[in-house]
Amino acid sequence: MIRYIGRRLLLILPTIFVPLILVFLMLRLAPGDPAAQILGDQATPDQVAALRHDMGLDQPLVVQFVFWLKGVLTLHLGASFFFRQPVIDILPSYAFVTIQVALLALFIALVVGACAGVAAALKRDTPIDRGLVALAVLGLSLPEFWFALLLIFLFAVTWRIFPVAGYVAPSEGLVASFMTIALPAIALGLRQSALMTRMMRSSMLDVMSEPYIATARAQGLPERRVVLRYALRVAAAPFVTVAGLSASHLLSGAVAIELIFSLPGLGKLLIDAVGRRDYPVVEGAVLAIAIMLAILNLAIDLLYALLDPRVRLS
Amino acid sequence: MSPPEKLLEARDLAKTFGKVAAVRGVSFALRRGETFGIVGESGSGKSTLARLLLRLIEPSGGGVHFRGRDLTSLGREEMRRERRHIQMIFQDPFGSLNPRMTVGELVAEPMHAHDIGERGDRGARALKLLDEVGLPAAAGARYPHEFSGGQRQRIAIARALASEPALIVADEPVSALDVSVQAQVLNLLLDLKERHGMTLLFISHDLRVVEFICDRIAVMYLGEIVELGDKAAICGEPRHPYTQALFASAPGRPKTARLAGEIPNAADVPSGCAFRTRCPRAFDRCAIDHPPLRALGGERFAACHLVEPAAEAVS
Repeated sequence: MIRYIGRRLLLILPTIFVPLILVFLMLRLAPGDPAAQILGDQATPDQVAALRHDMGLDQPLVVQFVFWLKGVLTLHLGASFFFRQPVIDILPSYAFVTIQVALLALFIALVVGACAGVAAALKRDTPIDRGLVALAVLGLSLPEFWFALLLIFLFAVTWRIFPVAGYVAPSEGLVASFMTIALPAIALGLRQSALMTRMMRSSMLDVMSEPYIATARAQGLPERRVVLRYALRVAAAPFVTVAGLSASHLLSGAVAIELIFSLPGLGKLLIDAVGRRDYPVVEGAVLAIAIMLAILNLAIDLLYALLDPRVRLS
Repeated sequence: MSPPEKLLEARDLAKTFGKVAAVRGVSFALRRGETFGIVGESGSGKSTLARLLLRLIEPSGGGVHFRGRDLTSLGREEMRRERRHIQMIFQDPFGSLNPRMTVGELVAEPMHAHDIGERGDRGARALKLLDEVGLPAAAGARYPHEFSGGQRQRIAIARALASEPALIVADEPVSALDVSVQAQVLNLLLDLKERHGMTLLFISHDLRVVEFICDRIAVMYLGEIVELGDKAAICGEPRHPYTQALFASAPGRPKTARLAGEIPNAADVPSGCAFRTRCPRAFDRCAIDHPPLRALGGERFAACHLVEPAAEAVS
């Protein structure tokens, strides 16, 4: 078990560093100069060159990379060109918004997906099953941003239950805060729940056809016990894996959703920073997202081991 | 001599899956305390028959009477409770044990399901059962995948014993095991059957195994019983051409009248006698008349036009 955890921890490193390195290179290979961006149209080439020197942008790429890597490892992510404050101070409040939305969305996806999937599997080939599967296909086919706009139109514009956009921090009122993240989370979560419904249904059907389920029934176990203790526990493992994948979709989906709902999350920060050529913020935001993903993957792997003794012991 | 008590009786039991007639009108009775073997090639319907007897699948016709009650008439909950008295051991020792449960939990499971003994004692009783099937107490905390096929089948046997059943139905319990392990498991089954005073219904395609373990044997062909009788009679002096052919095709027997070809498709059963397409002695009548299972005297039955029923035949 300890070796298993150790291996998983080692695997975190590439998960975090590969995207970071890619982003580092892409930013610098892309056209556009942050110094010129900051100084504006009126700046002379000399001023730009001076600022480039101050920012270390005139150094060879390799040198920049080494400095950058050292910064990442010591969590000195540099200062934002735009905000003029250390990136490490900017990130937490944005990350908090994204985590809030993503967790609520994940919760919706898991609960809806698990319930619908199990119901469809147990009622296989009945109208209930067909209806749920049809809804899941529909859900998978609709892009999140479209779904988000639909939700805004219905629940915020027509019925005025939720605010159209914007964000209220939990410190300024839990209910008001919840209302601002509810629609984005539903938009993100329902789509993922469609995927999870299908996964849960098929893995439940797989398990229900296992010989040990027939054995359990032959022994005279009550059906409820067969479903809950035998089938659901086994079906949960592939479900958890998909939930992990889903959660990473949630994080990337959050980018578009945060733009639509004007939520000050990592996704919006990232988009804005790319527009401003604010390299340190882009790198910082990617680092934050990568770390969140890595922690998520680790949690999924550990959960997997918890669910399946064969993983734990081998 | 009073007839021994019937523990379980199948009456004209039938099962069709769409066009496939898997079991076609099977009747026989299990006597309390005996070991009864059902033998036949794969596709003969013996596993379907076992599932019908336990009502794991619903019959298309006929009924099963267990200790005088018609199982097919029982409601869901009544049937569930009745399962305490009929346990099954399956062929696949890899698939039939839930990989997520420890062996101790697996063996204790029937006790929970049927509320046997005190909750706190069930763990200890599970270990005792494991000991009875020759597994160490340490096995209780381990998972099925850590055991070999033979050991797993021992676990399945311990689990079947846990609810103190009157009848154990074993569907090919050793055919997935190495030959060297088969005898051990068979002997264990026989020992336990004696010790717990159970009845054993043993299903196998392997004549030698059935001959070794059973008191009485029924031979199945294409969903029907074609011959039924004491082991000595069936093995020593088979009367039905199919039984004769089966014995002839077993390894180590003289190569006379070996069985040619394969068992016909159960979706298209031959007219008259189902065996006529492979029977070395088939004649005109076999294509027209379906031979019923007739008493030959001495508790023997065979379904063949060539076998003369005993004059004093009792059905």
